[in-house]
Amino acid sequence: MSEPEAAGSNPPDTHNTVPVPHPIIARARDLLGDAVIAETVIHGEPIITVKREQIADALLKLRDGALAFEQLVTVCGVDYPGRPERFEVVYNLLSVSKNHRLRVKVTTDEDTPVPSVNAVYPSANWFERETWDLYGVFFSDHPDLRRLLTDYGFEGHPLRKDFPLTGYVELRYDEDQKRVVYEPVKLVQDYRNFEFLSPWEAVTDMQLPGDEKAVKPSHWDASRT
Amino acid sequence: MTDISSISSQDTAATASDPRIRPYTINFGPQHPAAHGVLRLVLEMDGEIVERADPHIGLLHRGTEKLIEHKTYLQAVPYFDRLDYVSPMCEEHAFALAVEKLLGITAPPRAQYIRVMFAELTRMLNHLLNLTTFGLDVGAITPALWGFEEREKLMEFYERASGARLHANYFRPGGVAFDLPAGLADDIWEYTEHFPKFVRELETLLTENRIFKQRSVDIGIVDRDAALAWGFTGPMLRASGVAWDLRKAQPYDVYDKMEFDIPVGLTGDCWARYLVRMEEMKESNKIVRQCLSRLPDGPVKVDDRKISPPPRAEMKRSMEALIHHFKLYTEGYHVPAGETYTVVETPKGEFGVYLVSDGTNKPYRCHIRATGIPHLAATEMMAKGHMLADAVAIIGSLDVVFGEIDR
Repeated sequence: MSEPEAAGSNPPDTHNTVPVPHPIIARARDLLGDAVIAETVIHGEPIITVKREQIADALLKLRDGALAFEQLVTVCGVDYPGRPERFEVVYNLLSVSKNHRLRVKVTTDEDTPVPSVNAVYPSANWFERETWDLYGVFFSDHPDLRRLLTDYGFEGHPLRKDFPLTGYVELRYDEDQKRVVYEPVKLVQDYRNFEFLSPWEAVTDMQLPGDEKAVKPSHWDASRT
Repeated sequence: MTDISSISSQDTAATASDPRIRPYTINFGPQHPAAHGVLRLVLEMDGEIVERADPHIGLLHRGTEKLIEHKTYLQAVPYFDRLDYVSPMCEEHAFALAVEKLLGITAPPRAQYIRVMFAELTRMLNHLLNLTTFGLDVGAITPALWGFEEREKLMEFYERASGARLHANYFRPGGVAFDLPAGLADDIWEYTEHFPKFVRELETLLTENRIFKQRSVDIGIVDRDAALAWGFTGPMLRASGVAWDLRKAQPYDVYDKMEFDIPVGLTGDCWARYLVRMEEMKESNKIVRQCLSRLPDGPVKVDDRKISPPPRAEMKRSMEALIHHFKLYTEGYHVPAGETYTVVETPKGEFGVYLVSDGTNKPYRCHIRATGIPHLAATEMMAKGHMLADAVAIIGSLDVVFGEIDR
């Protein structure tokens, strides 16, 4: 039942180590030093990647430093199964007094814990529980790392890309046993995942003789040729 | 109001060997009218004092984020109605803005005015529900009866614009689904003429009511620093004295052209939250009127057939229009690779969509920043040391809706 990643799927890689000119990133770099390992700006939104071990320290500096990020508005995970460290944990920071935002990322895999930032921002408590629940990213030193959204006794981490959309168990109320019973998912027909990526686009992406005269649309990138 | 769903069977009495009295564990909800949906709150009580409050959420978890990864961008819009089902259009607004940002398009002016107007009608809709049910939680029945009547009128406007009273599916990436039907603008204008009077009448029931004040003043006080640290947004943050509103600070659509005030509370207790929401309804009314008086003519969605569908009439004549329609509703549009965290000020606070696109027709990742999660996570901080009945008042003032918290 596991669905392969769609052909042509090409999630953006924000791991850019070349410095980019952006006032907030420049100040964050001054503040954090070599804890910052990558930086980029997408649609005007500054994004930095920091070393995993230093995330709590980095957020503390961002909170108390001149950038004054008083709020951690959300933490979430993203799964990129093709990468060596498949998970990204994304922290979105907001400064109410300075009116700016920053996105801080760390990468990790299934086994490596990420230091909890609960001591820096109490709001991280539930966000980290949610990330643990949905992605299985373990947070070390978290005071209460229980599942948040899924059922009691749920197995697996549903937002991972290799977790099927239909899940593994379904539940119903059993009249005979007078209780809710869990059973493996039974589908009347297989889950249908329609592939809309046109095969012709793959053909037109190739360089045919004479193509060099045409202007390439900007959304074509080199990786698809 | 504080009936107890069940009391744990553990032995709470002191024995000769262990003279300490263990705290009562009370299971509040998930089926309880004051739990505002399906909240299971495990309370540890010392007599009638709350010692520990542990909200268990996820009873309404539907895997929205996972489902959106398997749907095209257009098919993802209705899921946002079903998140915070009390303010559906505001949630759609965040997603529409996020996709527009990734596509690099802007909705035409008329669509922006319509969206702002309906976002503010939604704010009135949401606050009417929250304030009146908060009153209900602390013992006032009449506000709920009055408020629901007004909500019905507002939902009629929803229905006339979108065809649905609740799950509107009206704000689309690139504009809105349809233009306003004839006469709707006039009727909304007429409604806004008498709405402030209704708010004043509602205030006479609650604001200075002795019982209401006894139940809400000095209950669940959150100071400025705590509100910021716990990630509060919206009226919860403003009630604690932080003048922060995304509509002013990071305006989207035509909010920068609107004149309105941001009410800020002083005390950070349940009563301050109530007052902030009450004032916000009056400001929303002003914004609706400004939108109506300035509503420009023109298209209501972007003039790009690769993103917005052609008019039905054109499809009867034009083969190309038919192809565009077919492609849009099967394959959908491809969104260039990128990512964005786009936020709007919903009635409950900052609602954000962290959208990662990989260049295909489906989102690679769509994280939804639910407004209520940080508020509910702070329940223990707020309720500790209060009476059980105060915990009910605190939950009522949080304005939680489990559709968005559980996702």
